[in-house]
Amino acid sequence: MSEVMEGSHGVAHAVKLCKPDVLAMYPITPSTHIPEGLAQLIADGKMDTKFITVESEFSAMSACVGVSAAGSRAFTATSSQGLLLMTEVVYAAAGMRLPIVTVIVNRTISAPINIWNDHQDTFAERDSGWLQIYCETNQEALDTTIQAYKIAEDAGVLLPVFVCMDGFVLSHTYEPLEVPEQNEVDAFLPPYTPKHAFLDPNKPITQGPFAYPKPYAAMRKELSDAIMNSKTVVKKVHNEFAEKFGRAYGDGIIEEYKSDKPTVIVAMGSVCGTIKEVVDERDDIGLVRIRCYRPFPKEELVKALEGKENIIVFEKDVALGMASGALYHEIKSILAGKNVRINNVVGGLGGIDTTKKNISNFVDRMKDQNDKIEFLRGDPNE
Amino acid sequence: MNEPENELLAPGHRTCAGCGPAIAIRQMLRATGKNVVICEATGCMEVTSTAYPETSWKVPWIHVLFENVSSVASGVKEALIKQGKDDVKVIALAGDGGMVDIGFRALSGAMERGHDVLFLCYDNEAYMNTGVQRSGATPFGAATTTSPAGTEIAGKQEWKKNVPFIAVAHGLKYVATASIAYPEDFQAKIKKALSIKGPKYLHVHCPCPVGWGCDGAKTIKYAKAAVETGLWALYEIEEGKLKLNTKPSELKPAEEYLRGQRRFKHLKEEDIKKIEKHAKQRFDHLLELENSEISLLKVL
Amino acid sequence: MIIMETTIGGIIYEPGSSAKTKTGDWRTFKPIFDNEKCKRCGICQKFCPEGIISINEQGAKANMDYCKGCGICAEECPFKAITMEVEKK
Repeated sequence: MSEVMEGSHGVAHAVKLCKPDVLAMYPITPSTHIPEGLAQLIADGKMDTKFITVESEFSAMSACVGVSAAGSRAFTATSSQGLLLMTEVVYAAAGMRLPIVTVIVNRTISAPINIWNDHQDTFAERDSGWLQIYCETNQEALDTTIQAYKIAEDAGVLLPVFVCMDGFVLSHTYEPLEVPEQNEVDAFLPPYTPKHAFLDPNKPITQGPFAYPKPYAAMRKELSDAIMNSKTVVKKVHNEFAEKFGRAYGDGIIEEYKSDKPTVIVAMGSVCGTIKEVVDERDDIGLVRIRCYRPFPKEELVKALEGKENIIVFEKDVALGMASGALYHEIKSILAGKNVRINNVVGGLGGIDTTKKNISNFVDRMKDQNDKIEFLRGDPNE
Repeated sequence: MNEPENELLAPGHRTCAGCGPAIAIRQMLRATGKNVVICEATGCMEVTSTAYPETSWKVPWIHVLFENVSSVASGVKEALIKQGKDDVKVIALAGDGGMVDIGFRALSGAMERGHDVLFLCYDNEAYMNTGVQRSGATPFGAATTTSPAGTEIAGKQEWKKNVPFIAVAHGLKYVATASIAYPEDFQAKIKKALSIKGPKYLHVHCPCPVGWGCDGAKTIKYAKAAVETGLWALYEIEEGKLKLNTKPSELKPAEEYLRGQRRFKHLKEEDIKKIEKHAKQRFDHLLELENSEISLLKVL
Repeated sequence: MIIMETTIGGIIYEPGSSAKTKTGDWRTFKPIFDNEKCKRCGICQKFCPEGIISINEQGAKANMDYCKGCGICAEECPFKAITMEVEKK
C-alpha cells in the first residue's frame, strides 16, 4: 500500500510491523518524530507495545538492554548527542550480544551545537560492534528497519544494528512510501525466541559477568568474528526481502551505480541521490554507495573499485587529528599497493548543502590529483 | 531452612573475609526466594560473584554498567510483563556509589515512572571496589582515599546523603532502611516491599571491614553499634507515614561505634560530640515524625 | 589457535558454579565448633558471609572448603561455642 508520509513516520510504521515488545525512547531533534509517531500508534490502539518514556538516552539504551536480555524485542531511536550519551551502553549491548535495533537519524555533534545532518554521530560508534546500515531514501529506511531485526536476531549474528538515515533530509521529508502488509512482514520476520539470552527463574543464567584477560580477549575476538560473519546475513536477508517485497538496494552491502567508469565517487546516505543525478548528467563518473558500513565491505569494495584510475571519497564526517574524513583512510587501506589515485571531500558538515554543482566541481578539480583533501564550506558554486 | 543447600548465592565468591555486602545479599535472597531477577550495578558484589566462567548466582542475574541498573531493571520488568510473567519479582541492586551517586538519575527516572521494581541499595559508605573513595553516602568525618584525614581537613566534611527520603519524595508507597545486624527486620521489609506493586526503595547498611579499617570478625558488631548509637536508624515509611523499627530507650555514645574504625580514628573529641549531637537530633526528629499524623506524601 | 572457548556474550549457564573455587585456601584462622555448648540457635548461619554453616542434631559445622576464617561466627555466637584457631597448613 502506497501512502504519502514523513520519513520518520515511515520508520514508525516499520517498527510497528516488527511488533517490538518494549520501546524505550527519549526525544532529540531530528529523531523525535519517530517516538511521536509510535506513541500515537499505541495511543490509537494500533500497536500492542509498552512505551517507556525514559529520562535520558542513556537510560533508553539501558532499558533496551534490559528488554533484550530478558528475551524480548526492543527498539529505540536517537540522534547526535543522544547517541553519544548512550555510547557506554552501546558498547555493552554489542559485547552482551543483544539484537537491539536502533534507528539513528543522523545529526552532527557539539560543539558548537547544531541540529543538522552529517555522519559524525554514528562514526563515533563505528568500532562499537554494532552493524551500521546507511540508507539513501525513506523507503530504504523503512525497509531496512524490518530487515534489521531479521539480521540482528539471526542465530549466526546476535548483534545490535543501527539503521542510519539522514536527519531532516530524510526524516522530515514527505513522499509516497510503500508500507508492507502485516501478514507479509509476519511471514518474513518470525517472533524473537532467543536461545542464548533470557531472564527466566526456571533456567537461571548470569549475563554480563566479570572477565579476566584471557576470557575477555577471547570474547572480543569472537565479537570481531561475529560482526565480520554477519555480512553474509545482511546480504541474505536483503535478497530475501527483495524477492518478497520487490525492492532491492544494490546487493545489500554496496550499490554500484553506473560505476564502469575510470572515475568513481564513494559515498553513503542521502547525498548519493544528488550524486546519482550528477552521474546521470555527465558520462565520465560513476558511484559506489556503501550501504553496509559496519561490517566494512572490504571484498565488495575491492572488487567494485578494481581497475579504477581515480576515486573520490565523499563523506560527511571528519577524523579530527587526521586532517581528512575517516572513510578515506579505510578506502586507502583496502586499496594499498594498487595503482589508483584517491582523493577526499569532507562535505556536508553541520548540514551544509551539497549541490550538484559542488559535486561536479570537485570531480573536475580532483580527477587528476592524488591524496587531495578538501573540506566543503557551503558555497553552492564551490 | 537456613541450610547451605538452600542458599541462592553459592560459596566460592571472591569477597573479602567478613564482607558485609555478602551477608546482605545472602539475607536478601533468603527473603526473595527463587522467583526473582536480580539486576546489579558494577560494584564489589558484582565483580566478586561472577568471575567468568563461574557465577555464584542461582537466580537469573544481569549486570550491564555502573550507573544504569535502575534503567536496565525498568526494561527487564516491562519485558517480563509483556511475556506474561508478571509474578517474577525484579530487584535493582547497587552499592551506595552505583545507587545514590552515579546511578542517581536512572534511579530517579525509574522511581518516577512507577515500574514494579524494588530498588535496593547496599550501603557500605564509600566506593570500596575502586579502593575506598568518598561517596555521597560516606558519613561526616570518615576518612577515605579521596577525603583523607590531613592536617587541615579531617575526613569528609559533608553529612550523608539521605536517599530514602528522596525516594519518598518520588511518591513511593514503601521506603525502608535496614541493617545486616537485624536480618529478620531486613527480610520482613524485603517481603513486604515485594508484596507491594509499583516502585519501592530499600537501603541496607552493611559494614566493609577493609574500607572502614576494622576487624572482619566485627562486621555485625559495627552494624549493630551503628543502630544502637543512632548513627543509622531503622525505619519504614509506608504511604508517607514513618515508623521506627528499633527504638533504643537511650542512644549509646557515638564513641562506641566510631572507635575501632580506622576511618574515624583521627576524629577529635569535639568532632565526636558533633556527630553524636547530629545523630541524637535526627533520631528525635524521626521520633517526632513517627508520633505525628504527618504523611510525607501529602506534601508532594 | 583457540586459547579459550567462551560462550556468546560471556553468558554463564551453570548457576552456582563459583563453588568450584575453594576459597578455604585464603584462611589464616579456622573456627572450632564446641557442640556441647552449641544450642543450634542458627545465629552463626545467618551472619556467615559465605553461607556454609550447616546445623543438625549433632551441632554446627562449617564447610572448610570455603571458610575464609573471618571469625564472624565466633564473634556472634551467644554461647561462646565457636573459637578461632590458627590454621596449620
